[in-house]
Amino acid sequence: MAIPALTARRARLNRLDTKGSPYLYVLPFFLLFGAFGLFPLIYTGYVSFNDWNLLDAGSHEWVGLANYRELLQDPYFWNALGNTLSIWALSTVPQLLAALWIAHLLNHRLRARTSLRMGVLLPNITSIVAVTIVFTQLFGRDFGMVNWLLGVVGIGPIDWQADTWSSHLAISIIVAWRWTGYNALIYLASMQAIPHDLYEAAELDGASSAQQFWKITVPMLRPTIIFTAVISTIGGLQIIAEPLLFAGSSTPTGGSDRQFQTAALFMYEQGFREFRFGYASAIAWTLVIVIAVFAIANYLITRRIANDEEKS
Amino acid sequence: MLLSRSVRALTAAAAAAVMLTACGSGGDEGSAADGGNVTLNVNLFGNFGYEELYKEYEKANPTIKIKQSTAAYNDHHRNIATHLATNSGAGDIEAVDTGFIAQMRAVGKQFTDLGTERQSEYLPWKWQASLTKDGQQIGYGTDVGGLAICYRRDLFQKAGLPTDRDEVSASWAGGWDKYIEQGQKYTEKAPAGTAFFDGAGALYNAVIGQAPVGFYSEDDTVVVSSNPEVRKAWDLVVQAVQSDLSAKLLESSPEWNNGFAKGQFATIACPAWMMAKIKDQSKNAAGKWDVAAVPGGGGNWGGSYLTVPKQGEHVEEAKKLAAWLTAPEQQAKVFTSKGLLPSIPALYDKPEIAQYKDPFFNDAPVGKIFTTAAKELKPQYQGPRTGDIQTTIRDGLVRVEQGKQSSDESWQQTVSDVERLAK
Repeated sequence: MAIPALTARRARLNRLDTKGSPYLYVLPFFLLFGAFGLFPLIYTGYVSFNDWNLLDAGSHEWVGLANYRELLQDPYFWNALGNTLSIWALSTVPQLLAALWIAHLLNHRLRARTSLRMGVLLPNITSIVAVTIVFTQLFGRDFGMVNWLLGVVGIGPIDWQADTWSSHLAISIIVAWRWTGYNALIYLASMQAIPHDLYEAAELDGASSAQQFWKITVPMLRPTIIFTAVISTIGGLQIIAEPLLFAGSSTPTGGSDRQFQTAALFMYEQGFREFRFGYASAIAWTLVIVIAVFAIANYLITRRIANDEEKS
Repeated sequence: MLLSRSVRALTAAAAAAVMLTACGSGGDEGSAADGGNVTLNVNLFGNFGYEELYKEYEKANPTIKIKQSTAAYNDHHRNIATHLATNSGAGDIEAVDTGFIAQMRAVGKQFTDLGTERQSEYLPWKWQASLTKDGQQIGYGTDVGGLAICYRRDLFQKAGLPTDRDEVSASWAGGWDKYIEQGQKYTEKAPAGTAFFDGAGALYNAVIGQAPVGFYSEDDTVVVSSNPEVRKAWDLVVQAVQSDLSAKLLESSPEWNNGFAKGQFATIACPAWMMAKIKDQSKNAAGKWDVAAVPGGGGNWGGSYLTVPKQGEHVEEAKKLAAWLTAPEQQAKVFTSKGLLPSIPALYDKPEIAQYKDPFFNDAPVGKIFTTAAKELKPQYQGPRTGDIQTTIRDGLVRVEQGKQSSDESWQQTVSDVERLAK
């Protein structure tokens, strides 16, 4: 009499265990994500509909879409968005191509292969501030090494901060230097998952090393290439520390004429120099939408490219 | 064999990573009061010359430990604002520059009231500038700027200009036009790689610092576009830039610091606190620098306050320390060690100050030069965004320096940027 009841309870507990405990296991992630991801996201959205003064102990007033309306008519926002896209394109495209090439090299049998593979990650684990400060010195106008090298081949000293093209190029190099190795390692990992007999068969058919790379390696890496393109887009559109430190005077306007102020830096300026917390939050949300659009576009484009290569 | 190699490589990489993170996270929290000990965090920008004084204070007050952090000028003031907004993270004592004191004054309820006891000690305008509308004192004045011109004797000599400080002062006693004329003479025979002054922004701050009215009228209205003095100073600096006198260095940037060490400029507008920067940045040029009078009469650029944010854990101890650091004896010490000019006028006639000569500056009578400047000084009213307006005007002048815009184009953009700031 008592025994069936016990087994029934045990069965119920068992069922609860198999059904419930997985949720318990993933709960910490969702709690953390809720506190540090979702809540700030929603709260930022709420703030963006207010005229919110950060300095004055957060006094605020509901203004609806006024911040967004102002933003769309703000020439400095469009300027910052243009700079962001330019720096993103200048850094991401060469960066991913270089990463692919480096991964290809590291995939071969080399001397000191492990140290080399570790080595390419070093720039990524170095402090971003340290990297930018060192590069800003290299790009110095009067005593920088880059200008010195250019001087050797007869190109006059360049004031890297002064012009739009030169500042974008310099910042892109800093970004690429940090992230190329990281992407190369991701490519390398998935290159090693490509079955070796594909290459053997290609070699028997007389395919050259370059042909093997373009016809086997790249198509097989398609999911990875899509992944890195999307991740680089998300990262590239949020660049802030490099242009802030590159200016040399720690002002968040990105140069004398805002020539290298990125969207994230513009957000920082509005939030923490102008103390317009609501406006800065509107910029943050607009940036989220822009990044989402670009990530999706990127996904579609890279999928297409990789598909084409598979077919040809 | 292969395995052991990868293990070794891994260990090496891990060790490197640990070292790098260790570098990144040095520094302890240290605000806990253990066994009655109190740690006071003092947040400063630039060089206030307090290191020796801390030791003295800690000796006299064994339960107090003082921890100083220093950030760059703009970073420091942005940090204060952020800490006030979030009501956490501020130091027990926060230094505030003249350019930002009005902004802090506007949110005075966030700071501890320091009372009126010391009012009679201070220069009246210095005391007034950190006083809120309802009469709360948010900061003890540390120093005032005053103005002079610091110059490199060796570079002047190479360019064939007189090097004696009285002659140099006399050469531009007629005003800033004469200073530019002198600069043109310098440029004709200038040693390679040197310019007459450091950068347009710094020179502008000195020139506008002499005007009776600057960026604000006394009712906190921005008058940048309507005050003729602002444009006059702009035109003067543009003229100096177009005469090729500027080394085109951005004040407080790493390149500017480097410029001192490499001797890239022969003169620099020199409030008293600039002498501390010069000493820090061009140690190799001791005795080569000298100090002359500023063209265009007395003026002020900079000078600071020590404030005690209410959010601090040890407000009472912090108040005592701030009062002590800014007391007359300490202000006198900081003047002779670092050159920061006291904001307490009773000190100006003390012989150890009035007759002080600085060996770093070729025994220039800096005591006499700066106390005279401070006595002649006509105080200028500072509004809430003074510091940021200064930066905006500097950026405008930099656009002219970089050849990106003509003076008029840049001026128009500057005016609209300032209007946007002050909105």
